[in-house]
Amino acid sequence: MKIEILGTGCAKCKALEEVAKEAIAKIGGFHSVEKVDDIMKIMEYNVVSTPALVIDGDVKSTGKLLTVEEILELINSTDEN
Amino acid sequence: MWKEIVDYLTIDILGLTGKINGVVNFFIYDTFKIWFLLITIIFVVSYLRTHFNTEKVRVYLQGKSEFTGNILASLFGIITPFCSCSAIPLFLGFIQARIPLGVTFSFLISSPMNNEIAIALLFGLFGWKITVIYIGFGLLIAIMGGYFIGKMNMEKYILINVKPMEGELEDIKINLTFAQRVKEAWEYTTDIFKKIWFYVLIGVLIGAFIHGYVPADLIVEYAGANNPFAPLIAVIAGIPMYSNAAGVMPLIEVLTSKGMALGTALSFMMAITALSLPEAMILKRVIHMKLIALFFGIVGFGIICIGYLFNFIL
Repeated sequence: MKIEILGTGCAKCKALEEVAKEAIAKIGGFHSVEKVDDIMKIMEYNVVSTPALVIDGDVKSTGKLLTVEEILELINSTDEN
Repeated sequence: MWKEIVDYLTIDILGLTGKINGVVNFFIYDTFKIWFLLITIIFVVSYLRTHFNTEKVRVYLQGKSEFTGNILASLFGIITPFCSCSAIPLFLGFIQARIPLGVTFSFLISSPMNNEIAIALLFGLFGWKITVIYIGFGLLIAIMGGYFIGKMNMEKYILINVKPMEGELEDIKINLTFAQRVKEAWEYTTDIFKKIWFYVLIGVLIGAFIHGYVPADLIVEYAGANNPFAPLIAVIAGIPMYSNAAGVMPLIEVLTSKGMALGTALSFMMAITALSLPEAMILKRVIHMKLIALFFGIVGFGIICIGYLFNFIL
């Protein structure tokens, strides 16, 4: 699984990256968390409010800082599909 | 009812009288009233907002004709959240979706101006009439400002070359249950409240002292309707204050009750929310200073006009 955090370097974007790493640490296994700073790449995801969370190429949340639990929920719902 | 409880507390229990009672009574009454209203209004707005993110707004605005687009963008600006940290993706994302520059600016003017904190404070401090006037004229400035910017062929001042997308945008589907929306709205509300409660407290505290000790004549002389420069000075003073709107607004209310002209007060509040220095610094990375100057110039001019208009008619 690949998690991407879309954000241009605002405080919330960095915070979301940390939270995502924490969530990944909790579930274990081989997953990656990547921060996407490039505005052109962010726009390819059709996101206009940052930070956004992308799991395996699907935008799951935009414009807010999530908690570890919320990210875990999003990861679980992705697995089911 | 809250007034009676505070009166009972300061007069009967604490035994305060005169000016001291005025200050303490005002401070307790206003602080708790504003805190309560802030929490209530921010919660309602953030709940509505879970149905209306900025990505959706972009989908709605795509392909709208210019004037209709200006109106819709300004209206959407009321409900969507605004964070100056998102200004760049928002700006470029709108341009990418072939939304005209003027319509994009209508949104950029309206969104911070009609933010939930300002609306909650206005409602709590000045009542619904002034809130409606503020939102109404704020929308007018956003619509007209965006419209004029759109007419001035400023597209060449966009510094980053955005490739317009082909075809129509598709909405990003993010489904939430009712419980999730309530939880999200509540978290957002407490988050905002944690950031501003102290500013409100300080603002009301200073306001309470002005209320009790500064003579009204002094304020009337400098900020009353007879000072022809007051709205102009208010707008310039408002520019660096964006992040402290929560602390400044209680002060403006006290100044108004002591004789500051209402038009001047409106100009001051609008300048605080609509002309934000941090936002200008961020936008500088994607648009030329000339376009930022035009943006500030048009919005500032509109706000000053409203100030004079109100001072003149009231």
